[in-house]
Amino acid sequence: MPGLEDLYREIILDHHRTPRNRGELPPPAAHAVGHNPLCGDEIDVYVQVANGVIADVKVGGSGCSISQSSASMMSQAIKGKPLPDVLALVRRFKGMMSIPDEDGNPMEPDLTVKLGDLEALQGVVKYPVRIKCATLSWNTLLDALAQS
Amino acid sequence: MTTLDVAAIKRQFPLLQRELNGMPLVYLDSANTSQKPQVVIDSMSTFMERAYSPINRSAYQLAAEATDAYEGARVKVQRFVNARRAHEIIFTKNATEALNLVAYAWGRANLHEGDVVLLTHMEHHANIVPWQMLVQERGIVVRWVPLTADGQLDLATLPQLLEGAKVFGFTAMSNVMGTITPVQQLCSAAHQAGALAVVDACQYVPHNVTDVQAWGADFIAFSSHKMCGPTGIGVLWGREELLQAMPPFLGGGNMIADVRLDGFTCAELPAKFEAGTPPITEAIGLGAAIDFLCELGMANVRRHEIEIAGYALRTLNERFGSDIRLHGPCNVEVRGATFSLEFRGIHPHDLSQVLDQTNVCVRAGHHCAKPLMRELGVNATARASFYLYNDTHDVDMLADALDSASDIFG
Repeated sequence: MPGLEDLYREIILDHHRTPRNRGELPPPAAHAVGHNPLCGDEIDVYVQVANGVIADVKVGGSGCSISQSSASMMSQAIKGKPLPDVLALVRRFKGMMSIPDEDGNPMEPDLTVKLGDLEALQGVVKYPVRIKCATLSWNTLLDALAQS
Repeated sequence: MTTLDVAAIKRQFPLLQRELNGMPLVYLDSANTSQKPQVVIDSMSTFMERAYSPINRSAYQLAAEATDAYEGARVKVQRFVNARRAHEIIFTKNATEALNLVAYAWGRANLHEGDVVLLTHMEHHANIVPWQMLVQERGIVVRWVPLTADGQLDLATLPQLLEGAKVFGFTAMSNVMGTITPVQQLCSAAHQAGALAVVDACQYVPHNVTDVQAWGADFIAFSSHKMCGPTGIGVLWGREELLQAMPPFLGGGNMIADVRLDGFTCAELPAKFEAGTPPITEAIGLGAAIDFLCELGMANVRRHEIEIAGYALRTLNERFGSDIRLHGPCNVEVRGATFSLEFRGIHPHDLSQVLDQTNVCVRAGHHCAKPLMRELGVNATARASFYLYNDTHDVDMLADALDSASDIFG
């Protein structure tokens, strides 16, 4: 279908079909639930932090290809990473999604933070309604980290 | 397909002439909100250009004319739903506010701890949350009428569910599945049990002949914007005795007969429930929408939608077989032309995104009916809803667009 190649990149569809790190983690892992009020989608993010590092992460719930692939790629990208790197990645990703910073200003991308596969989600920005889908798991991750 | 001259009707809707990316629009989201015919747009701009002024509170001729126009719109609504008296028609902001008005004003005066309100699993949040607020505040109890497998109300246990109930609130037509409920039968069952019948008629009134007296309802709510009228105005119809007996909703100007330092006296109906400056221009637009609908004839609109619903069911089932699941009844006599569909496991958001490539506008989401979504076992559905300006070609466009969705996600 012409026009949608930017949105539905093959790597996105791959993560949608075969999501990585699916499942749950028992306590004491932190757990947060994110809702997309627009569509009723729910996402569960479980994170186990040990010595300042994301020791393990699992994703549950259901959603569209964008929210599911974003969550799947996020889980791959953060697993085993120190918290400061994770927070920098969240910032970088949200910046790519044109989410402004706390003061409402556009975020300057920190190009030292590598997005890897996540760059495939760049095309989402052209479809503003879907930005919420792409950022759902990232906001839920922040909620979970705030608990841990 | 000759009940309505859809080509001629379409020409009266300026927005439907618009092309996006060089292609015509296929607007299938009228259960969400309907498009507006030129006559409605003109009525509002002409009113603002030539006749706009306050109503009910100034002696000059211009204001008297505006008051007549506003009250004239009320009479049009009265006739449209066959209400006994014009002052039983209360203009609200929308159907949601109308239902809140009932729960707030009638509910707070009449419902106490342990009192039962019966609702159904196919209600819109607007006919759920106002009652749940009374659960929190008053300790009332909400019961639920379940659904059958084909998305109709399961009435097998209705008498037991209604036992001791003070209110039976139900939709006349599901905004998700298009199911039309047996309103008259439900009203009469409510009354036999001593309950009031509160009908969410938001999806019904735009598509069918409505007769509140034949229904025997106590309150009905609907919105202008789903019936070719503007946003910003909705309607509560209530039986005169009930409206007279219940306390007011919002307080302020227009709803009072007198205000003293030690209190106030309410105005007569309908002003009692219309505090503040009302949506005057919007009422004029709603009146024009009703004229437009009456000219087509609501019986014809209903017949047209039966034809479209039948064609959609045949086309989609024949083309996609077990790859498509259409929620709700397959008998067009008990459904409108609103379809929630599941297609090849593709998430509704993705589906609507692909459909948008050919300007096929459908709603993806929970349709403000999350309890129903849980009953159906889904988070969301894609919903295609047809109206008087849609024809079989629009159904074919939907089917073609669905085909292209499986190219990506197949």
